[in-house]
Amino acid sequence: MKNTREKIFEAILPSMRDKGIKFKLWNAFLIAIILWGLYALWIQVTVGHIVTGMRDHIVWGIYIVNFIFFIGLGYAGSVIAALLYFGNIKWRTPIVRVATVMMVISTIIGPIYIFMEIGRLDRIHHLFIYARLQSPIMWDVIAVITYLIGCIIFFYLRVIRDFSFLSNKEIFSGFRQKLYRWLSIGYCEKPEQNRLLKQSNDILGVLIVPIAILVSSILSWIFGMTLRPGWHSSIFGPYFVLAAIYSGIGVVVVLLYIYRSIYKLEAYITDTHFKYLGYAIIAFGAGYGYFTFSEYFTDWYTSKEWNARLIEKLFDPQQYGWATFFTTVGGILIPMIVIGIPQLRTTKSTVVVSLIMVIAMWVKRYLIIIPTLENTLVPMQDLDPVVSKYSATWVEWALVSASFAAFALVFTWIMRFVGIIPIYTSSELEEGARIYSNVQTSSS
Amino acid sequence: MEKERRNFIKKGAAIGATGAAGLMTWMAAEDVNETGEKVKLLSTNGEIIEVDKAYLKMASVENAEQMRRDLIGREPVPGRKFIMVVDLGRCRNAKKCIIACQKMHYLAEDKEWLKVKLLKDSDAGAPYWFPKLCMHCDNPPCVKVCPVAATFKREDGLVLIDNDKCIGCKFCMVACPYSTRVFNWEDPENPDMEGAEFPSTETSLPHYHNTVEKCDFCPDMVRMGKLPDCVTVCPNGVFYFGDENEDAVTNGDETVRLSALLKDRAGYRYMEELGTKPRVYYLPPVNRMFPVERGYRDLSEEEINVMKDQMK
Repeated sequence: MKNTREKIFEAILPSMRDKGIKFKLWNAFLIAIILWGLYALWIQVTVGHIVTGMRDHIVWGIYIVNFIFFIGLGYAGSVIAALLYFGNIKWRTPIVRVATVMMVISTIIGPIYIFMEIGRLDRIHHLFIYARLQSPIMWDVIAVITYLIGCIIFFYLRVIRDFSFLSNKEIFSGFRQKLYRWLSIGYCEKPEQNRLLKQSNDILGVLIVPIAILVSSILSWIFGMTLRPGWHSSIFGPYFVLAAIYSGIGVVVVLLYIYRSIYKLEAYITDTHFKYLGYAIIAFGAGYGYFTFSEYFTDWYTSKEWNARLIEKLFDPQQYGWATFFTTVGGILIPMIVIGIPQLRTTKSTVVVSLIMVIAMWVKRYLIIIPTLENTLVPMQDLDPVVSKYSATWVEWALVSASFAAFALVFTWIMRFVGIIPIYTSSELEEGARIYSNVQTSSS
Repeated sequence: MEKERRNFIKKGAAIGATGAAGLMTWMAAEDVNETGEKVKLLSTNGEIIEVDKAYLKMASVENAEQMRRDLIGREPVPGRKFIMVVDLGRCRNAKKCIIACQKMHYLAEDKEWLKVKLLKDSDAGAPYWFPKLCMHCDNPPCVKVCPVAATFKREDGLVLIDNDKCIGCKFCMVACPYSTRVFNWEDPENPDMEGAEFPSTETSLPHYHNTVEKCDFCPDMVRMGKLPDCVTVCPNGVFYFGDENEDAVTNGDETVRLSALLKDRAGYRYMEELGTKPRVYYLPPVNRMFPVERGYRDLSEEEINVMKDQMK
């Protein structure tokens, strides 16, 4: 048992001590993008929102798109982790680690982007001193804060044992060892501690899924509670929940693959993992595709004036037709076909379609927000194309790029600190150890 | 420095707590020898409160003014229920209302709280000019969604914005189905506010950068019993403004009975089906005073085309 842990530790050690030139360049690259984003933010704050592509009709832009995207990943993380945990699925451990880290980072990065949308950041405390519970924004503030606390604990409970293991490793600097020791809060494999840990894991695992579903729905209600065609739809809650989990699985696949190829972790992140994640993509893709279809189909068939105008906008190749094509074909059909047909399904093809799907899911959020805002109930009749048609400026793109760079940077460093593969499995220790030894024997 | 801080805290406490309770917390914070002589006061909530006379001196003129502005801005004009009726048969897109509104509210030239649209109800129908103000809905979607209560509905029917509170999240702009609200994307110019008599919620002044604004029915004017500027300036008497409780509206030239006007002329509310219950009624564009083309006179070819393109 001890042996298995040492083996895992040896395997992930390179990723935890990487000092190569590539690693440094990667960090420098990400920091450069983040600095670019901060510069854009400084311009936006000093000059005002005039530097963005947003105007009186299209008042929300790609910041909100990014907000939904990242919050979606955040919610997906816990749902994936909790489902795997309670399904008692033996191949889950590396997936749970990636999913929970993704969950924590996205839940922090996402809400930052709603602040980008807020004109008066100097009055942000008004949200607390004048809080008005009737507003869906307040629901979201409460929901996101609750969820963030929940998911940090959820993540932390799963790394305490690893911290205690790592704190004894001489290979790390004294400071790092001390940090591990402090974070392991005195865990030393006492049966009582294991029992408490398992209990807390169970309770949080049960709690986090309904919270994630609720919070995801509340996010959708920011849009669903308005009178806008395309938003005011009862399907929006479940639609957002499915979209979130769907895109989250895609990101997990991509991240797992990147770590596996860089640090040669084939023995732990196996092709089977990608196969099962692929099945999950098919399952959630089918649900998500079904929702997308029924949303468009009902609007199109009845052709109520306002909805018809939106549908025309979305399907007209001169406007958003190609984007819609990309999100439905590239985002739903192609992943399902490539993964669904055994002859086409390889680890590489799964990863490629996952990446396309993740991009498509970002574009899909764009299609949810922008065309709807451009489709005003009262005709705009504005001469200035900047007012009637949204196009993001470099300031907005810089800030959005910064979010992805920040995600990558923080993910890199958290993984460097806690390790991509859990050294202890997240439930029964023995069982986990058995799986790892099986993996070891089968691969060697 | 220390004194400033204390004043700040006191002021914060006074504004934060509501009505009389807040007022007393604020006053009790100071060390005063009570005279034992009580004075009865009417709070802004309409409650009669009693305080020691010694405390009365505390309200410096400056603070009292600030509090009056903060509290009165949310109080209705007593007994009123403001309403507007727009006669579409009279509008010829003269745009005098827009210019007057901009002047009244110190708006930049490209900023319109009041817009005139060219609408057409059906393919075979005739186009008509449609002045669009804030509808001051009785079921206002914008007020529902505001996270900080910066926009609010008053008992006299007005939907107003407290620009000192607005955080600029723009949710109200998204929620408003009439696209009434506008945002200060650039730092707006402001008039000299020295000695301004009315609370900022009633004048919508000063304009703040990165906050939301809209047509407010000129509450500072109507509190004095005057008509909003768009009403008085219109050369064709398109706008009728008045009080639903009194059942009377006037366009400056003639005063008519509201219920009779709406009944005889088949008054309707724009997009009634949304359930927002607007306080602006429209009279259908029949028996027109002008052909619709009269409104094209000051427009460029391009503007006319854009309008015609998006008429519906």
